[in-house]
Amino acid sequence: MQFFGGSEISPLPPLPTASGNNAHMMYVFNRNGVCLLYREWNRPLRTLNAQQDHKLMFGLLFSLKSLTAKMDPTNAEKGNLGVPQLPGQGCSFHSFRTNTYKLSFMESPSGIKIILVTHPGTGDLRESLKYIYNLYVEYVVKNPLYSPGTPIRSELFDKTLDQYVRGLG
Amino acid sequence: MPPAAPRSGDAIFANVERVNAELFTLTYGAIVRQLLTDLEEVEEVNKQLDQMGYNIGIRLIDEFLAKSNVSRCVDFKETAEAIAKVGFKMFLGVTASVTNWDADGTSCSLVLEDNPLVDFVELPDTCQGLYYCNILSGVVRGALEMVSMKTEVTWIRDMLRGDDAYELQVKLLKQVPEEYPYKDDE
Repeated sequence: MQFFGGSEISPLPPLPTASGNNAHMMYVFNRNGVCLLYREWNRPLRTLNAQQDHKLMFGLLFSLKSLTAKMDPTNAEKGNLGVPQLPGQGCSFHSFRTNTYKLSFMESPSGIKIILVTHPGTGDLRESLKYIYNLYVEYVVKNPLYSPGTPIRSELFDKTLDQYVRGLG
Repeated sequence: MPPAAPRSGDAIFANVERVNAELFTLTYGAIVRQLLTDLEEVEEVNKQLDQMGYNIGIRLIDEFLAKSNVSRCVDFKETAEAIAKVGFKMFLGVTASVTNWDADGTSCSLVLEDNPLVDFVELPDTCQGLYYCNILSGVVRGALEMVSMKTEVTWIRDMLRGDDAYELQVKLLKQVPEEYPYKDDE
């Protein structure tokens, strides 16, 4: 009889098979914490309402960034924990992985944060996030009808994004 | 290691979509001309051009960052170089030189020898107070504001006013630290 399972404490969730899409959801925030975009592909469990969920995600990233900079062993210059940093100051993280999901994160110096939550087995998505940032530039920033700082409503952008994310390994 | 930031914008300029230079120059001329008709006051036109530039700048910064691979600048000096060598090249097809640093490194001049906006342009006597290229100062100000640098951008020399080059003074007023945007009780 085995009490503690095998080598893994809990096994990876099964790989999604149907659509070939292993992304769960994606967020885009600006510097002011406004959720510009939220896309969801596969999210069976929801515990918070949308607004709280977005705020929690933004808060997590904000704190984690401040923590990672504080823990940096290579850099002597660090402020106190929680004290705001200038953009570009300190180090930043690009992903973390739990046993059930992987969160990839990119922040541009202009304060745009792109977050993609995927299956934990996904590889390095830094280039993909950069590509998504380029899509954002082409489809959102260059759209004269879009006013900066407001939630994105663009069918074309959503469609292109869906297509791209579906193709991610 | 992230890829090194480019020292010049040539490669990017070669890859982005471009429009015919004359079309660009003439369109800009038509906009300025129309503003002069609509607003009548030269001062108002200067202000309007600056505002239009600002609105362009706050969008343009994302395109700049997405395509140029410039990720962070350690100080304002590097920022100025990036604007002059990469930014101007990417969007205007010319480069500027950075000079006239002040002692604490917060103010410098971008000097444009060649300015595609002013081909075919002559200022008539009635528009002597006009900063014809004021849109550029707005663009620089808007773009820098999005990367948390409050700046003041003014024209020092203007060839349309009889100087020997175009000189844009960029003065760093303050850098805005990132803040947690939500209040606790929300």
